[in-house]
Amino acid sequence: MSLSKMATNDMHGEKSAYFDGWKAYDRDPFHPKKNPNGVIQMGLAENQLSFDLIEGWISKKPEASICTPEGISRFKDVAIFQDYHGLPQFREAVAKFMGKTRGGRVKFDPDRIVMGGGATGANEMIMFCLADPGEAFLVPSPYYPAFDRDLRWRTRVKILPVECKKSNNFQITKQALEAAYQKAQEQNIKVKGLIITNPSNPLGTTMTRETLKSLVRFINEKNIHLVADEIYAATVFSSPQFVSVAEVMKEVKCNPDLIHIVYSLSKDLGLPGLRVGIVYSYNDAVVSCGRKMSSFGLVSSQTQHLIASMLSDDEFVDNFLVESSKRLGKRHEIFTKGLAKVGINCLESNAGLFVWMNLQHLLKDHTPKGEMELWRMIIQDVKLNVSPGSSFHWSEPGWFRVCFANMDEDTVHVALSRIKKFVGNSEEVEPAKAKRWKNSNALGLNLSSRIYDETVMAPTMIMSSPHSPMPRSPLVRART
Amino acid sequence: MLSKKLRLDAHEEDSSYFLGWKEYEKNAYDDVQNASGIIQMGLAENQLSFDLIEAWLASNQDAAKLTKNGESVFRELALFQDYHGLPDFKNVLVDFMAEIRRNKISFDPRKLVLMGGATSANETLMFCIADPGDAFLLPTPYYPGFDRDLKWRTGVELVPVHCSSLNGFKVTKFSLEEAYQQAQKLSLNVKGVLITNPSNPLGTTMSHDELEELITFAIAKKIHIISDEIYSGTVFDHPSFISIMEALLDRKLEETELWNRVHVVYSLSKDLGVPGFRVGMIYSNNEALVSAATKMSSFGLISSQTQYLLSKLLSDKKFTRNYMKENRKRLKARREMLVTALREAGIECLKSNAGLFCWVDMRNLLSSNTFDAEVELWKKILREAGLNVSPGASCHCSEPGWFRICFANMSEETLNVSMQRMKAFVEKTTQQCRRGGGRVTHQESGCNSRRRSLSNWVLNLCSYDSEPYR
Repeated sequence: MSLSKMATNDMHGEKSAYFDGWKAYDRDPFHPKKNPNGVIQMGLAENQLSFDLIEGWISKKPEASICTPEGISRFKDVAIFQDYHGLPQFREAVAKFMGKTRGGRVKFDPDRIVMGGGATGANEMIMFCLADPGEAFLVPSPYYPAFDRDLRWRTRVKILPVECKKSNNFQITKQALEAAYQKAQEQNIKVKGLIITNPSNPLGTTMTRETLKSLVRFINEKNIHLVADEIYAATVFSSPQFVSVAEVMKEVKCNPDLIHIVYSLSKDLGLPGLRVGIVYSYNDAVVSCGRKMSSFGLVSSQTQHLIASMLSDDEFVDNFLVESSKRLGKRHEIFTKGLAKVGINCLESNAGLFVWMNLQHLLKDHTPKGEMELWRMIIQDVKLNVSPGSSFHWSEPGWFRVCFANMDEDTVHVALSRIKKFVGNSEEVEPAKAKRWKNSNALGLNLSSRIYDETVMAPTMIMSSPHSPMPRSPLVRART
Repeated sequence: MLSKKLRLDAHEEDSSYFLGWKEYEKNAYDDVQNASGIIQMGLAENQLSFDLIEAWLASNQDAAKLTKNGESVFRELALFQDYHGLPDFKNVLVDFMAEIRRNKISFDPRKLVLMGGATSANETLMFCIADPGDAFLLPTPYYPGFDRDLKWRTGVELVPVHCSSLNGFKVTKFSLEEAYQQAQKLSLNVKGVLITNPSNPLGTTMSHDELEELITFAIAKKIHIISDEIYSGTVFDHPSFISIMEALLDRKLEETELWNRVHVVYSLSKDLGVPGFRVGMIYSNNEALVSAATKMSSFGLISSQTQYLLSKLLSDKKFTRNYMKENRKRLKARREMLVTALREAGIECLKSNAGLFCWVDMRNLLSSNTFDAEVELWKKILREAGLNVSPGASCHCSEPGWFRICFANMSEETLNVSMQRMKAFVEKTTQQCRRGGGRVTHQESGCNSRRRSLSNWVLNLCSYDSEPYR
């Protein structure tokens, strides 16, 4: 074989049965006029609710572009700028924005801001800095499926899922962490750290202050790292308010060299195409090394310039954060209330671009196979692409992640009425004064191919991979 | 507590080489405010043709705006994170690449993988082709950044293919074989050869014969060829540029195994002078590689905003044709200025036809034929002439006394100032040498040119961050 093992193994996670959902959408995408019976994409965690605010700002600030007459004088300086420190104004603006999304309760130092190629690149980069091949990170499940690729593929670091019990409202406990840590020790696997996503994907919940404190105590005691992926920080739309690890650090005695935050503008601002990923570390050596590694995924200077301008506009940012949060909250309410009307419950959540929906009562079989069957039915008959819980390494069958912020309100109602029909409820849902977006597709882009950035990994893949977690993983039990 | 990669990186703080950069940053030349400051001649940037791009933007406001046929495209771009890349952008890129190669070959956009800069493209190719501990052969002298880009996170080893000034640093069958044998001795599994064509730091394009030797060698050893053609658009003089792809076609190798083992790296950083935009790419006929590399590009996609702007710019064929012509003309003129001025100071350059720099022969100014003497000379040029140039050892040159000097990252006036300083410096140094009783001659410097005499700090350079040299 003339290519490397890395190029030919399946660690990229795309050879999975779950792609049937994406394929179904690709073949038959929903369009309100052209294809009203098509598959509605509810598997993509995007925030499309507040573009008008950003577009409005851009039209009023031509100098933020280096292409307009007002901005062109900066073209040369920006086009040449490849310094891995990043444009100072960019770092300052991002640091300020991060502070605002945490309610001003923490201040961030622009000199600790390191760029990454999206959160995807940032997560991989922090692994390269903190762990050697064969070493491991603990990760609470359910977790974002692409972590399997992002944290493991090229780094060759292992991931050890730590299951959070539903009975505990899916919060991670010290006992679960201890048990996972001990298990790793017994198998001679060196644990280098813990990575959490807070607010959580797929749960849509924020971690309580107490839980965060106990995590910080745990890692400090074990002298291992804590990476907090806070990519959904500004998608919090109701209480409790978001508590960042940056805040908790001030309240619990811990070694700051162990604390690192991953951030991005893809969810909070809805700009995944701009590839703005950030690693924020309290460890000087990590900042220094990370900066050099960021050469492999710097943010385009053109984008740095735009974002610097946008995020230093306090009035715009303050208004955006309030308005975006309000719209997400409203959308969440419409969707969860609509589901509740037909007897479907979701985990109570206060953040994120999705809900964690409970369809256990619809399972014929309370097994992973049963979940897959239900899922295929949802895709083929109900024509909704949702994400089954097992793709998030969740072992209890019947949970699904359903996204609600990547479509207009009208489409949400269409989805709800289809769900109603499926569940067998004859009561008509009132189609409220639904706002329909002008479906501009001027570039003719096939936006459905975005799926590849949200790959999922089937349980079978996890088991057969050489980097598979411990043999006694709940996933293995579930299959046999 | 931290990874080995991070601990390895910490060593660089000790490098005296970084002195150059630190000195420059502390005391940067400015024609008005700091006329005695240090002039940066170590940065391979192309600043000569921005006016052409700016003029295009000024007269193509509609294209530059985020609208198409009156409709805003912002939303679509903001959401676009498909690792297959913006189709329009890839279409214009393959046309642009073909144009640079005088349309002797055409490229298929489906075989093009967009990456965040050539830095990312080169690393990704390593991840796709080599396992940790495998090796790639690299003709010396080579771009210092390769030590980081190709080795750091991949665990791949680099084995130098020593090229000599005796034949103008050309790659020969002998030097390739020797490097291969050396790798065998070190029990390294050689996966391929990586060439930079046109060469950094030499500024020369590979000859037809060199490419032939390379191809023959790669067939015999069943290894890959990576051709980093990042400077392909900077060829301003004869002989014309021959891309590895052209060489393969000339030898009718399309149906052979080698066809699937040749990969081209390209970027807009040097030709268009936009390194900040992070536009790199891999071109390969190997489907499996394209597939794997495409997935890996997720770690460093090109900003959709940037893909869109450049797709508009490069779709204007009148602009691209005029730009390439004018850009080459200006680069040639600059090269002439540098070569002539250095010649007047008694310094010769390797005859070059491409790139943003000259490979300058200062062996005559060495106090001895050693790398220690090269460092000494380099420091003197920095401190006494106030010029930050790149010593050959940092490019892994096997012979001391060669320096890379850039000419396209400054105004003409600044280049003139730098040359005046150089002349004065050479005069002073030459007088001192005469008083000191003898200089190193060409005959003496030619022979024992292997790395055995390298001092520790040069060896340490292998693991250093070489950002200054992009």
